[in-house]
Amino acid sequence: MAVGELADTIAGFALFADLTTPQRENVVDVFTEQWFADEEKVLRQGFSGSGLYIVIDGAAAIRIDGVDRATLRAGDYFGEISCLLGEAPTADIVAIGALRCLVLPSTQVESFLKASPNIMFRLLQGEARKVRTTTKWLS
Amino acid sequence: MAELEPKPFPPGRYPLIVVGSGPGGLQLTYCLTRLGVDHAVLSQDDAPGGMFRRWPVFQRMLSWTKPYTGFDRSSREYERYDWNSLLAEEESCRGVMPGVMDGTSYFPSRPEMERGLVLFAERTGVRVRYGCRWETTRKDAGGDLVLGTSDGEYRAPIVVFAVGVAQPFRPPIPGLADVPHYGELRSVETYADRRVFIIGKQNSGFEIASGLLPWARQIILASPSPAKLSVNTHSLVGVRARYVQPYEDSVLAGGVIILDASIEEVKLAGTVYQVSTRNARENLSLVVEVDDVIAATGFTAPLRDLPELGVRIVGQSRLPVQTPFWESASVPGIYFAGTINQGSQGMMKHGIPSNSGAVQGYRYNARVLARHLAEAHFGVKTARRPMAADEVIPFMCAEARYGPELWHQRSYLAHVISIDADRGIVDEGISPLATFVDLEGPDGAAIALESNGHDDLYPIVYVRRHGAAVKEHLLPGHPLLDFERDEHRSAIAAALEPLLSPSLSRPRS
Repeated sequence: MAVGELADTIAGFALFADLTTPQRENVVDVFTEQWFADEEKVLRQGFSGSGLYIVIDGAAAIRIDGVDRATLRAGDYFGEISCLLGEAPTADIVAIGALRCLVLPSTQVESFLKASPNIMFRLLQGEARKVRTTTKWLS
Repeated sequence: MAELEPKPFPPGRYPLIVVGSGPGGLQLTYCLTRLGVDHAVLSQDDAPGGMFRRWPVFQRMLSWTKPYTGFDRSSREYERYDWNSLLAEEESCRGVMPGVMDGTSYFPSRPEMERGLVLFAERTGVRVRYGCRWETTRKDAGGDLVLGTSDGEYRAPIVVFAVGVAQPFRPPIPGLADVPHYGELRSVETYADRRVFIIGKQNSGFEIASGLLPWARQIILASPSPAKLSVNTHSLVGVRARYVQPYEDSVLAGGVIILDASIEEVKLAGTVYQVSTRNARENLSLVVEVDDVIAATGFTAPLRDLPELGVRIVGQSRLPVQTPFWESASVPGIYFAGTINQGSQGMMKHGIPSNSGAVQGYRYNARVLARHLAEAHFGVKTARRPMAADEVIPFMCAEARYGPELWHQRSYLAHVISIDADRGIVDEGISPLATFVDLEGPDGAAIALESNGHDDLYPIVYVRRHGAAVKEHLLPGHPLLDFERDEHRSAIAAALEPLLSPSLSRPRS
């Protein structure tokens, strides 16, 4: 898919809501596009060398110890925790049908976020929501 | 006068058909023949070689063959240093390339590469129906794939397409359809004292820039992304060192300019081109006036009507999405070999892709694919070597140090050993790493090499035990890339301890 088309696609994603068109084109340029077939693993629980993934098309399951816990869809992202902490992912991410993602290797995530404060803030908001959900679930 | 041998493989039904006679097709047909799999090979070309019958345009390969290594050129260890020879079992057919190179460079010239492939085909006796162009594809009621060709109709339940990724691609930029593509470069002297705009900052763009350095007045290389260099990515991602000279020329303010900008339009105005560019990051627009524009904008796989048959393709290169064994993820029975294997991504650890786009990578894929096809579809049982428990650790260390499949296909192909209570310890050979870690199978271990994009490569062991998730164990690297040291033996022993302890107590079968 052309850069402009992908940049338009991600315009509707919360993570990139504050970006101008040229900034979104830059995001598309920095990330790599990857595709996965049905049931193909995108990230593997306990394996090093992950990345930050953003779902463009399709869906993926968050699978922990073989049990599906949640579903990721277009606009969702995953892999950020393992990138930020420098640790292996704690879940498998498995494609449900054909899946298309944008990917940034973990080694490039820090410099990318530092150069993109708007995305960093949105990512932080996303993590805050996850903490809130977890806290509610625990209480 | 000797009677000409009739063309092999007349139209008809075959158990398997391979399309293509480039290195991928040649390697696959050789391996299938060795395994006794009856098949036909069709090629639109007149002789072996595929794209190397024409390209690279500056007539020298990017893949090296190092003549002096301390290893016999017919040995398996030598393959690590010889990226260009196809693989064979017979000694006379192994390590063909150093024998055809004139010693002026360890990168073979294009004619040397072509000669090496012709020699391989002659020595191994592989049979190809040349001059037979695949044109259409359909499925019949019985499930056979039906290939319409220039010689008539062929049928087979399984077809492997090894047709390369060499069809010129031009992105939909206004005016770009009218400028020459990489393969349409004129002779270099016609660029003397001219201003040349090259669209694309991959190897093909830098190859052209390198070739035009002594001729062009000014060279501008432009694409949205900054140029990556292989010496920085520690992988084949990025511009190879041989073509970096234009980059140095640019940073030292010579006649080369490198722009990070998208191309909005190419317009011919009289005898000059006006190229409109825009830098997305800085939102800076520039219109550049030049005498020539060259589209080094990549290539696609010439898959003809396969997408209409249901073969899912993705990305700019229109690569088919493939399983770890290189079968179409959407149409069973259609497989791929050669550079198209890039569509089977593998683990992509640290974001680093496989080397399936290059001979040194896909030649091993072809051998693994041949075995998979033979076993899965033709009932061939290939030999698996039983091992003693005390062999395992030194064997894995030696594979990490010398195994060419591991060196050339990092985090993609692995050497697998099964350690099973009933079958004992068995050398299962080379397998896609993704199949070992993602599919069910007997207990065992796989050794691979891995790059993380900044350090030297290091070995990694994956351990699969029934009822537990596959675990990875990173081994230490070594400055001299010697992975047969005490620290490696200890690390492998610790990783395999739960599997090998029971085996050690059993007598050798």
